Amino acid sequence: MGKYVVRRLLQMVLVLFGASIILFLALFVIPGDPIATSQGEGHQLDKASHDAIARRYHLDQPLPQQYVGYVGRLLKGDLGESYSYRRPVTTIIREKIGNTAKLAVAAIVLEIALGIIAGIIAAVFRYSFLDVLVTLSTTVAIGVPTFVIGLALQNVFAVNLHWLPLQGQQAGRESIILPAITLAAVNIALVARLMRGAMSEVLRADYIRTAYAKGLSKRVVIMKHALRNSIIPVLTYLGISFGALLGGALITETVFNWNGIGLALVGAIQQQDNPIVLGVVTYGVAVFVVVNLIVDISYAFLDPRIRLE
Amino acid sequence: MTEVAPTQSPAPAGEITLEAGAGGFGNVENEATVLGIRQQTQFGDVRRRFFRHKLAVVGLVMVGLVFLAAIASPVIATRPPKAQDLTNTLQEPSSAHWFGTDELGRDQFSRVIYGSRIAVTVGLASIILALVIGVTLGAVSGYLGRGWDAVIMRTADVFFAFPLIIGAIVVILVMGRGVTPVVISLGIFSWATIARLLRSSILSIREAEYVEAARSLGAGKWRIVTRHVLPNSMAPVLVYAMVSVATAIVAEAALSYLGAGVQPDVPDWGNMISAGQKFFGFKDYLWFFPSMAVVFTVLGFIFVGDGLRDALDPRLR
Amino acid sequence: MTEPLLSVEDLRVHFHTDAGVVKAVDGVSWSVAPGETLGIVGESGSGKSVSALAVMGLVPVPPARYESGRILFKGRDLIAADEKERRAIRGKEISMIFQDPLTALNPVFRVGHQIAEVIQAHEKIGRIPARAKAVELLGEVGIPNPRQRAREYPHQFSGGMRQRAMIAMALALDPLVLLADEPTTALDVTVQAQIMDLLIRLQADRGTAIVLITHDLGLVAGHADRVLVMYAGKVAELGTIDDVYYRPRHPYTLGLLNSLARMDQRRTDRLRPIIGQPPSLIRVPPGCAFHPRCPFATDVCRRDVPALEPKDGPDHLAACHHADQVELQQSPAAS
Ligand SMILES: Nc1ncnc2c1ncn2[C@@H]1O[C@H](COP(=O)(O)OP(=O)(O)OP(=O)(O)O)[C@@H](O)[C@H]1O
Ligand code: SF4
Ligand SMILES: [Mg+2]
Repeated sequence: MGKYVVRRLLQMVLVLFGASIILFLALFVIPGDPIATSQGEGHQLDKASHDAIARRYHLDQPLPQQYVGYVGRLLKGDLGESYSYRRPVTTIIREKIGNTAKLAVAAIVLEIALGIIAGIIAAVFRYSFLDVLVTLSTTVAIGVPTFVIGLALQNVFAVNLHWLPLQGQQAGRESIILPAITLAAVNIALVARLMRGAMSEVLRADYIRTAYAKGLSKRVVIMKHALRNSIIPVLTYLGISFGALLGGALITETVFNWNGIGLALVGAIQQQDNPIVLGVVTYGVAVFVVVNLIVDISYAFLDPRIRLE
Repeated sequence: MTEVAPTQSPAPAGEITLEAGAGGFGNVENEATVLGIRQQTQFGDVRRRFFRHKLAVVGLVMVGLVFLAAIASPVIATRPPKAQDLTNTLQEPSSAHWFGTDELGRDQFSRVIYGSRIAVTVGLASIILALVIGVTLGAVSGYLGRGWDAVIMRTADVFFAFPLIIGAIVVILVMGRGVTPVVISLGIFSWATIARLLRSSILSIREAEYVEAARSLGAGKWRIVTRHVLPNSMAPVLVYAMVSVATAIVAEAALSYLGAGVQPDVPDWGNMISAGQKFFGFKDYLWFFPSMAVVFTVLGFIFVGDGLRDALDPRLR
Repeated sequence: MTEPLLSVEDLRVHFHTDAGVVKAVDGVSWSVAPGETLGIVGESGSGKSVSALAVMGLVPVPPARYESGRILFKGRDLIAADEKERRAIRGKEISMIFQDPLTALNPVFRVGHQIAEVIQAHEKIGRIPARAKAVELLGEVGIPNPRQRAREYPHQFSGGMRQRAMIAMALALDPLVLLADEPTTALDVTVQAQIMDLLIRLQADRGTAIVLITHDLGLVAGHADRVLVMYAGKVAELGTIDDVYYRPRHPYTLGLLNSLARMDQRRTDRLRPIIGQPPSLIRVPPGCAFHPRCPFATDVCRRDVPALEPKDGPDHLAACHHADQVELQQSPAAS
């Protein structure tokens, strides 16, 4: 187990190293002169102040040295700052992380509640009407893009029925309902499918027959013996998707004008504030990788065959 | 980093389905073994099973219609897609303008039809690109093994660290907006799953008897890979690729919707939805029809992919 | 013979599959008395496991259907009993151990917990005493250091130890009947002997009736009182060990015994003794199902299903039109 954790840690460092190279190259080769761009259209800079700014952003150094500096800054938690606003990306993230996390937690709760239950029902009553219903609705949910789901929900529940607020967070608690459903929809479907597949496979296992042979009730066999085995891959998936959600839900936050990290990123893309874009992306990748690591290690804890290696 | 993660970031989804033998592609290693033993001679069987699958046939028809719309856009469209008509702005759907007009008086039906061109181009081209990279690297990794394997798989890990949309945004930041950047960005952030699938598929097949036989007959490495190993390991990859086309089409629409896709004036479903949102609540046809176009296309590819999967391995039903 | 404890009467279990109706068990009757061991032998697919699973009520319905028959246990018909009643019997009065101990235990629960679970399912007993009982049982089935072993997971056990744990689980509540479906097939030869010795010892202590399903005629000869030979979902022959082994009345049994004599004793685990394949249970040959492979077959065999009838004495039954000839041609024939 110790060895496993160490190996995964090393792997993570390697992945982050690779990702940082990609991000650094992107930052470096972004077309145009970032200094000139930052001054706005038609604004000419004299040579001296141009060089001063170049020094400030280390643009005068050779590439490898810039990379070392870049990684050093990343390690110190410096994700860069906007050329135009001079605001550090970390500040922006700190302001928005609360909203993004709220949405992510709400979505993951829905995914667990609905996805897992639907998957269990479909697996236990395989080929029944309920199973067909789950299969059909998950197919549709997977086929409909998130922004369409969001727009449709807004149209029905906000514009037509006036039950829930259209956008933003001013309306209090209720304002999270539609974005959370939108954000969770595709994952609920995928979790349900994953759960159904894992559960149907486990239900065919010999140890399930043993459990019945012991005289255990169907409920205990399914909710204890089968669930405990089939939930492991599902939890892994949920963990990974939570990691992705913490990085910010670009589309949902945009559709619902939800003031989180994703919305900040989209805003930066539209204003072509590239350092913010890259900084937020770097943060997102780092969170994603770290959460994946945590999930992998907890996976090992859930499965004694791996834990006790 | 994006809520469409599972479809759009195949990394986790792909991986987990491998382990769970679930919804997606089943246990690839077993699948590969089964398929490997069956060999390609059973192509007829596969075709028969595919066409018996009702949803798959429906999907094929849907995909066919989208292709038709893309190829014959100028014939089907009632106006040029960029033609403005300032006397006829924001018209509700009518017999003159089936899907209505936008604030510049552009005919929405024609734009939706032309939009299929972007969808089909991006969907196919980006997945072909991903296949070229993924199959090459996956084959090298699975067949040559050792150092190659390690380097390629660690590289794949790096690409997995970027959810699809996020990775694509980085590339588009560098290359600027447009069809080509979108194709390239989606391609280079989709190859990793393909490489992994193919690699594990190859690993289980290369020990199969007929490969051993070819080897003992003195066939060269390259010949063994191209003639024996690849054809028999491609099944899970093809199923995955089919679903990935759907993923890429959604991703393209999402990127354009977010303002990071094709140029804003291009008739494109994502662009149209984004533009139509300005009139949300009173001109809903503006986002409704392009949305339905995306849904129609995506479901078509998913149905075909599901049918293909069941046809290739009926065990997984 | 004492009163039977468990008797299966004219049991028919058919699987309704896409490919057709699989007549896995097709009119089978047998019984066991307390303390008795009944051996069931037959080639792969002859319906041995399905008949045992039917007694447990573990045949998946659908695709399976009980077409006819009764399973009488202590005077009650288990097929007619409701699920609650059957559950109370499963694991407590009738229990079962399976062929593959590697997969029969749940990998994510501790072995001790899995044994304690069966006790708690049937008795009002706290967790701690149930655990203690599990440890005790592990010791009884010959697992050294049972206290510590109870806290381990199945994958930390060897195959033989896992089967011992399965036996501990099956015998935890002193059941009256133990269905042992190929309990030793997956194990090494030396371990096989140990497991059989263990079963016999526990049976002697408790007076358990054992139904021993196996491919291994030698095992049955050594441990069973009576033997049932199954072919294609039907009973071919039933009788005491002496009757069946020394005076077989069915050509199929004869073939099995001849092949046993020909083979090294050690390698009798898989029965492939007779030329030809066992029939598909979807398309069972008309008349006597064995006729395509039978050296004694005549027209009547191809036409009429032979009835299971007493031969020699009332307790020796065989289903063959030409049972008399089997004896006549005994030694060199069938090969
Ligand atoms: N769930 C099922 N669905 C369909 N057919 C089944 C099912 N279970 C068993 N069968 C069929 O029933 C027949 C009898 O199977 P059974 O397992 O009883 O054989 P067996 O005598 O125990 O063989 P073995 O020695 O291989 O264990 C086989 O032909 C098998 O294919
Ligand atoms: S009935 Fe006929 S075919 Fe069947 S076993 Fe007897 S002799 Fe052979
Ligand atoms: Mg069996």
